[in-house]
Amino acid sequence: MVSDDRHGGEAAHDAMERTQAPTATAAGRPLLEMRGIVKVFPGARALDGVDLEVLPGEVHCLLGQNGAGKSTLIKVLAGAHQPTEGQILIDGEPVTIPSPVAGLKLGVATIYQELDVVDGLTVAENVFLGHELDSAGFSRRREAARRTRELLARLGHGNISPHREVGTLSAAGKQVVSMARALSHDARVIVMDEPSAVLDTGEVATLFRIVRELKAQGVAVVYISHRMEEIRQIGDRITVLKDGRTVAQNLPVASTPTRELIRLMTGRTVEFDFPPRPGVPADAPVVLDVENLGLRGVFEDVSLQVRAGEVVGLAGLVGAGRSEILETLYGARRATTGSVRVDGQRLRPGSVGAAVGAGIGLAPEERKSQGLLLDEPVYRNITLSTFGRFARGGLLDERAERKVAREQVAALDLRPAQVERAARTLSGGNQQKAMLARWLVHGCRVLLLDEPTRGVDVGARAEIYGLVRRLADAGTAVLVVSSEIPEVLGLADRVLVVAEGRVVHQSAATEIDEHRVLDLVMEGSAA
Amino acid sequence: MSEPTIGARTTAGDDIAHRLPGQDAGTAGGHQQAIDSGSRRWSSSGAARNGGLVVALALLCVVGWATAGSRFASLQNVEVILSLAAVTGVLAIGMTFVITAGGIDLSVGSVLGLASVWASTLATQAMAQQYGWVVMVGCALAVGLGAGLVNGVLIAYGRVVAFIATLAMLAAARGLAEIIAGRRTQIVTVDSFLDIFRGDLLGLPVIVWIFLVVAVAGWFLLNRTTFGRRTVAVGGNPEAARLAGINVRRHTLYLYGLTGLAAGIGAVMMLARTTAGSSTNGTLLELDTIAAVVVGGTLLAGGRGTIVGTVLGVLIFSTLTNVFIQNDLNSSVQAVAKGAIIVGAVLLQQWFARRDTATT
Ligand SMILES: Nc1ncnc2c1ncn2[C@@H]1O[C@H](COP(=O)(O)OP(=O)(O)OP(=O)(O)O)[C@@H](O)[C@H]1O
Ligand SMILES: [Mg+2]
Repeated sequence: MVSDDRHGGEAAHDAMERTQAPTATAAGRPLLEMRGIVKVFPGARALDGVDLEVLPGEVHCLLGQNGAGKSTLIKVLAGAHQPTEGQILIDGEPVTIPSPVAGLKLGVATIYQELDVVDGLTVAENVFLGHELDSAGFSRRREAARRTRELLARLGHGNISPHREVGTLSAAGKQVVSMARALSHDARVIVMDEPSAVLDTGEVATLFRIVRELKAQGVAVVYISHRMEEIRQIGDRITVLKDGRTVAQNLPVASTPTRELIRLMTGRTVEFDFPPRPGVPADAPVVLDVENLGLRGVFEDVSLQVRAGEVVGLAGLVGAGRSEILETLYGARRATTGSVRVDGQRLRPGSVGAAVGAGIGLAPEERKSQGLLLDEPVYRNITLSTFGRFARGGLLDERAERKVAREQVAALDLRPAQVERAARTLSGGNQQKAMLARWLVHGCRVLLLDEPTRGVDVGARAEIYGLVRRLADAGTAVLVVSSEIPEVLGLADRVLVVAEGRVVHQSAATEIDEHRVLDLVMEGSAA
Repeated sequence: MSEPTIGARTTAGDDIAHRLPGQDAGTAGGHQQAIDSGSRRWSSSGAARNGGLVVALALLCVVGWATAGSRFASLQNVEVILSLAAVTGVLAIGMTFVITAGGIDLSVGSVLGLASVWASTLATQAMAQQYGWVVMVGCALAVGLGAGLVNGVLIAYGRVVAFIATLAMLAAARGLAEIIAGRRTQIVTVDSFLDIFRGDLLGLPVIVWIFLVVAVAGWFLLNRTTFGRRTVAVGGNPEAARLAGINVRRHTLYLYGLTGLAAGIGAVMMLARTTAGSSTNGTLLELDTIAAVVVGGTLLAGGRGTIVGTVLGVLIFSTLTNVFIQNDLNSSVQAVAKGAIIVGAVLLQQWFARRDTATT
């Protein structure tokens, strides 16, 4: 994941210094400046003096660990949050942004990290939500549909109908709608909060093409991502946040080594690779045995085995049916054909209870809608599938729950480390850690991980990889779905490539490389 | 139970290569502490809301005392208010569970009527004369539970929307009650029943005791048991609850069984209070019940419920009624005041909700 840049001197910087690279004077005056932004939530100081300077026509990357305050900062910029202190200047003029509508008027459009589309409305209605096209009070639907179609085509998704209800789209589809909405505003600054998290390789390429177009038109893009290779590809300058403060500003992407960025973000030197794969002994028992599993219209004839101590990865495009395979063998969807066995015992199809009882755990893809009780405290989210086990005769033992939750929070370095806090107030990456913690407490025979590092920062990724490997070493069978091919190849012992609902390839992870996987995926999709 | 140590071991393990000594745990800890106390204060906003209800109730009492003097502020009148609150109160405890789980039960009033009629038919009473009051109570509870389970099966397994399923039950149960009673009022003549349920215990009417016991049991069930936790989980995010391995359908069935059972208990209390089984018993009681629950602070959208709030909500409404009666004001004025209270409470709830989540 993290390319190990060895070039560039490793200047010994103090963790808190500001690297004030000379502003590119040629590009002229900054389009946007944020100075000394402070945002205090009840019980949390999310931003504690952040500076940001964005030039017209640049891609400005915002880096920082989970919970560093990136999303909060861009919500302040968008007008969704009001800053407690600090100043925002656009074209050198101080402005206040009391609401998202005001933000849009000032030319700031935002693609939020959490999908913010309305499921019950159509694609076109979502795109023009809040700035509906109308004449004399009558909405101009045909015009809206036409422009939506154009925007979708530009995003490489001309196949999505503007009249389709958004609730029927996948997470990636919703992301596309959200992007179309941002583009519909003719903004001067477009903020993208981890837009690539739900996209696959091809879609990220399209996204970058659009970003370059915007750049050429003089639009500034603020880009947030935890994937370093993306920053390298698309970014011009970088601002690094840590614990709600700007620790480095305007670093040129081209001449700043990744190692240095990670040091600034984490305050430590992260030295990692994927954890070593000890290799699965030939006599390890098969724990998960899936035979000819199928779900009509989605995938068919999936057979796979995962042995104790083995990590198996499912690679493929978004929409290839990988999440559905996990959900089906977990019983959340009822298989139309085939069987699932755990330790030789056949599971009742379509029953999550049976799967959980047999020791399967699933960390789902969409943690907000499928995983978390957002208004409940973190510890209850962590013990959601185990509180019955701590209880005696139906009586809860919350003390024991808190204790085990605290242990997990410490083990995963979940921040802030307060188990009483509502899950809603955690940053995206930390919510993901809470999901993992749930199944760690549960202690599974089989762990199904759907995009386990989506939105998770560099340091925590390393921890999650290590954790998955340790679980496997302790005898758990792990099945991982990830859209980041390097992740699948680096983490798994064995890789299955899925395309269009079929397993098109199966081999040891070391016998296949990224290009081959992509080729297989493309072939499979074309067929 | 042995598994958590896998995770726990990683805590202590220095095997995470990149955790360097540079990280000063000391200062971070101190900082954390400060934040922790802050968030705990914040999370007690539920208590603050109950505080608001207590203040409202106290204000009502002051008004009652000022306008009706000792007629209002007497022990006897307190007993009246509590007796008035008792039936609605028991229903509201059951309703709190259903609403916390994101559902609604419109049929409780009708089911109460049906159970009260069934438990007081000539046949039932004849059996009760012979075998004791238990027959009537058992009959009322069984009818309530049965009707609730029918709701539950329709909603959980038939996937009928709760609003519709219970609306149908509202109509059907009332109709069945009328058929059974033949539009006549059935006077309760079983002395053992009347002796027990119309009696006093330690200076309080028995039906008030029933309310108290049900309330305490309800509080315990919601806050201290796995049943309560499941209820909150199902209301907060049904999909997450399902994927975490909670049997959402079965739990939904139980929840509607529970409100039905509460309606059965309510029927027993109603029989005791009015000494008659009538098919009109409990008419429109579902609305009072839901109003009390919502005013009490349970979120109609589900995911958060409070028994203490429900009890306070019920007491506020019964005190209000009492104050109006004491002052000989007609029931139309009372209805307007009730409406105002409901709207006020919901506005307050939304305001709190906005503050809680700040902006999202
Ligand atoms: N509504 C809220 N109430 C209280 N605290 C909040 C709220 N929203 C965010 N926070 C806190 O503010 C801090 C910054 O969160 P933010 O979401 O901005 O992080 P982030 O940098 O976007 O992280 P990630 O990479 O995980 O998305 C976190 O500690 C978070 O817990
Ligand atoms: Mg974020």
